[in-house]
Amino acid sequence: MKEILWLGRGGQGAFTAAKLFGAAYITGNDAHYALAFPSFGPERRGAPVRAFTKLDEKPVLDRSQTEQADFIVVLDDTLYTPALQSLRKAGGRILVNSKAPIPDTFTFDGEAVAAEYHLPTVNTVMLGIVSALSDYITEEQAVSAIENYMPQKIQARNIGALKLAREAVRK
Amino acid sequence: MSKKFLSGNEAFAEGIRLAKPDVISAYPITPQTIVVERLSEMVEDGSLKSEFIHVESEHSALSCVIGASASGARAFTATSSQGLLYMAECLYYASGGRFPIVMMNADRSTALPWNIYGDQRDSLSQLDSGWIQVYAENAQEALDLALMSWRIAEDRRVSTPVMVNLDGFVLTHTYETVEIPAQAQADQFLPPYVTDNRIDFDNPKNLAFSAGPDTNYIFKYKAHQGMLAAKEAVTETEDTFAKIFGRRYSGLLDNYRTEDADYILVTLGSIAGLSRETADKLRQQGIRAGVVRIRYMRPFPNDEIAAALRNAKAFGVLEKDISFGNEGAVYTNVNSALQKAGIQIKGYNFIGGLGGRNISAGDIEQIFADIQSGTGNVNFIGIGGDGNGESNG
Repeated sequence: MKEILWLGRGGQGAFTAAKLFGAAYITGNDAHYALAFPSFGPERRGAPVRAFTKLDEKPVLDRSQTEQADFIVVLDDTLYTPALQSLRKAGGRILVNSKAPIPDTFTFDGEAVAAEYHLPTVNTVMLGIVSALSDYITEEQAVSAIENYMPQKIQARNIGALKLAREAVRK
Repeated sequence: MSKKFLSGNEAFAEGIRLAKPDVISAYPITPQTIVVERLSEMVEDGSLKSEFIHVESEHSALSCVIGASASGARAFTATSSQGLLYMAECLYYASGGRFPIVMMNADRSTALPWNIYGDQRDSLSQLDSGWIQVYAENAQEALDLALMSWRIAEDRRVSTPVMVNLDGFVLTHTYETVEIPAQAQADQFLPPYVTDNRIDFDNPKNLAFSAGPDTNYIFKYKAHQGMLAAKEAVTETEDTFAKIFGRRYSGLLDNYRTEDADYILVTLGSIAGLSRETADKLRQQGIRAGVVRIRYMRPFPNDEIAAALRNAKAFGVLEKDISFGNEGAVYTNVNSALQKAGIQIKGYNFIGGLGGRNISAGDIEQIFADIQSGTGNVNFIGIGGDGNGESNG
């Protein structure tokens, strides 16, 4: 099973990213199963939020919170602490939306990409980064998840940001 | 049939849309809110033709659907936690009036300390309210129960309301793959509700009346018989469901590798999946572990529990409930089933997940270890025994 832990603040769309990743993984593949859930439901704006995506090729029965993740994605660099390293599986990676480098992490300036598309959040940018650094989902699956599970009026901008983020990582 | 990535609440709302209730009353409460939000959107966009009534409290929410049901309507509402407790008075009116209402309850902790997260202390406190109680494990089962419950409730032998319980957040807010049946299949499975137990100006009769000491107990006896008849209705409903939709459910219990199990964990709701995975892991180590998931707490599967546990060396009951000063309600019920069947094996109660606390794979491994080695009667995960004596058995 592959596990992704998303960290953000209420309003930054960490749970939306967790959900879109799970939806993308099952798109067009009946042998794929996913779970996506928040650490708590009522997301207060600004409060730290955790969300989880679990991916497997059999039904995911374990609904408990992830203790060892393949990817830890931090949408807000003020939430990064070195203690997060202990939640990483061997070979797992930590991705942080940050303008400045952080030791033992992969940092990416998500806001620069989000700004190009006038997006207030970096969640779909970071979704693009994880999709580019892993082989869990294809670009087509990620786009299809946005088309099926995001409000129509914000789809195009989020798809644009996702694609640009993927390109940036590839370079 | 279509496949979607939905939360438990959203899946349940899809099931209710397919069931075409005439009336929905709604008062929002976390973590139930999304189910009534989705239903109101469906009514707004015309895909669900129900009378959607916003009410000012949970007491009114249930009173409203009792009134609707008394006029012969198929009526739905949903609640959680303090909301369920606030409508407790009306629960008895609904069951005593034999109104086949379906209600979703998002299982959530009860105050104080106040908390919005999941546990089962709300619904398990209402086992005596005369409602059929069923607990879903995943979003697909939630959707399917949103359809099946009506057939069970509306069965003339049963005529009893059904409370479908979804673990707060762990099920209500978790997204997973769900198959949504076609409306034509749902219509074939669930015909419109027709009843004589309604206000009918052409055939006036007394409904929801009082009964004195000479007859009152007869109504209670009949309500008890109606609830017991639900056992057969569940079996028949699941047979029909399997024929039409191709998914089969297992009745009041869901047994996993219990046939030759030495150590069995009995539980309910969404924690059953992780329990089964843990049993598989122990099997690989040569420990014969099994899991019983109780689906229906009322009517209670006494015979089925006894049959599943008969050859085990010891069992545990894991529940998100505690009746202060005694033990968890599920443990009490399971012990009663074994006592009636003359089965004397060691059994232990594990209280976990209160106020939404995470139950990890490690916790369940420890529970199985405690069942094997023996422990006190009542054990709080992460704290230990309650210091109140050794096990039964």
